[in-house]
Amino acid sequence: MTHSTGSVSACLPIHSDLDLVRVRQHVRQMTAQLGFGLVEQTKLVTAASELARNALVHGGGGQMECTAVTSGGVKGLRLVFSDEGPGIGDLDQALTDGYTSGEGLGMGLGGARRLVHDFSVDTRRGSGTTVTVTSWISRPPGPREAP
Amino acid sequence: MPEQQTAEEQTNPTEEVGTFLRGRREQIAQRWADAALFRTVFTVSREEAVEAGRAVVEALAAVAAAGRLEDAEADGFAVVREQLARTAHSRARSGATLAQISAEMDALRPPVNDLLLDELSAAPAEHVRKCTTALAVLMGTLRLVMMETAMSAGQELINRQRLEMLEIATPVIKLWEGIVAVPLIGTLDSARSQVVMETLLDAVVEQHARIAILDITGVPTVDSLVAQHLMKTVAAARLMGAECIVSGIRPAIAQTIVHLGIDLSSVLTRASLADALAYALQQQGAHIVPAPAGEPQ
Ligand SMILES: Nc1ncnc2c1ncn2[C@@H]1O[C@H](COP(=O)(O)OP(=O)(O)O)[C@@H](O)[C@H]1O
Ligand SMILES: [Mg+2]
Repeated sequence: MTHSTGSVSACLPIHSDLDLVRVRQHVRQMTAQLGFGLVEQTKLVTAASELARNALVHGGGGQMECTAVTSGGVKGLRLVFSDEGPGIGDLDQALTDGYTSGEGLGMGLGGARRLVHDFSVDTRRGSGTTVTVTSWISRPPGPREAP
Repeated sequence: MPEQQTAEEQTNPTEEVGTFLRGRREQIAQRWADAALFRTVFTVSREEAVEAGRAVVEALAAVAAAGRLEDAEADGFAVVREQLARTAHSRARSGATLAQISAEMDALRPPVNDLLLDELSAAPAEHVRKCTTALAVLMGTLRLVMMETAMSAGQELINRQRLEMLEIATPVIKLWEGIVAVPLIGTLDSARSQVVMETLLDAVVEQHARIAILDITGVPTVDSLVAQHLMKTVAAARLMGAECIVSGIRPAIAQTIVHLGIDLSSVLTRASLADALAYALQQQGAHIVPAPAGEPQ
């Protein structure tokens, strides 16, 4: 994927419930500043909430990096959630709606993927998880893969 | 007893306060050890509180000797700044508000003032006034130093309260015979969700409610955890014989819930609290009749 990285970048820790609140507020602020519509704001904030909580609950804590990006003149926000936790052994299973290894609804990972434009997971059993998501104002640049 | 008991008119009050503080350090520290600020922080032993008090008196004496009564940045404070910070942190952690900490700082002055008056019993009234004023100014500056550190200590706590609005009670409003409503505001984390559920179930029992309305207009984000909490609350209310309605789901949140893939079909929802109330009244067999035209509103 080719898009230029914007200059605005922030790194927020994810080690407590309070940090989750901060993550949501930061993403809401950033999307509002960039001019996202209310629905797109809410979607990205909700995805961030899911992924940050996963990093906290399943990954034992981590961080979120937030960067404003542009591609073909379209502005977007990229969020990278990373943790050094146990990693995800079976990603397909983890993405399956309703699958949870804990006591959640098992809708977080798959739900987050549906709430954003670009979604990728980099994980290996035993070496942490990094989830990168990007949403664009209006529509994503270039052709989109069918879901 | 200090040698210069009968201070001549010319003695500099600031210097005199400095000398007084140094000379009476032990007595002041002993009295402070019983003051709320020191007593509540240094709980292990009284000697620890006295020691902390000595350090603060020493610092004040140094600041006065340097003639910098009003300077919160004076070097003399440097040695106790960390101790004051720990004290402030400790008070903030145990729930003291800034106003309380400020009041506890104020309470440190009277015992010192008494000792000063005692020491100056033979001095001319005008000189006594100048000295007590100097002491008041110095203690005011100490309070400022303390409050600065307390502010940063309290900031985390304040942030937390502001962010989560944790302390906002979860009021249960009786809307009608058998109908209660709980307006939810702020973050619904696990701890708070538990409180909400218990409050609601208590109200259902106490008020013999048949219908409970959970209004989430003030909840900024509904993710899968919040949705799970809502569903659990609804299920629990149902077990107690009450029907639960979730109202105030804003359009952006409704769309997001759908994309997230969460199925709220087991939950009765209404767009607004008013819609929920209208539905509830109908269920209770009440009829809403518009007032006849011309009737005063
Ligand atoms: N950051 C992570 N580290 C390790 N495991 C994860 C992580 N994120 C998700 N998972 C795994 O994927 C499963 C599904 O995640 P999710 O859809 O968010 O559901 P839930 O969090 O409700 O369990 C989790 O139960 C967990 O086993
Ligand atoms: Mg999850």
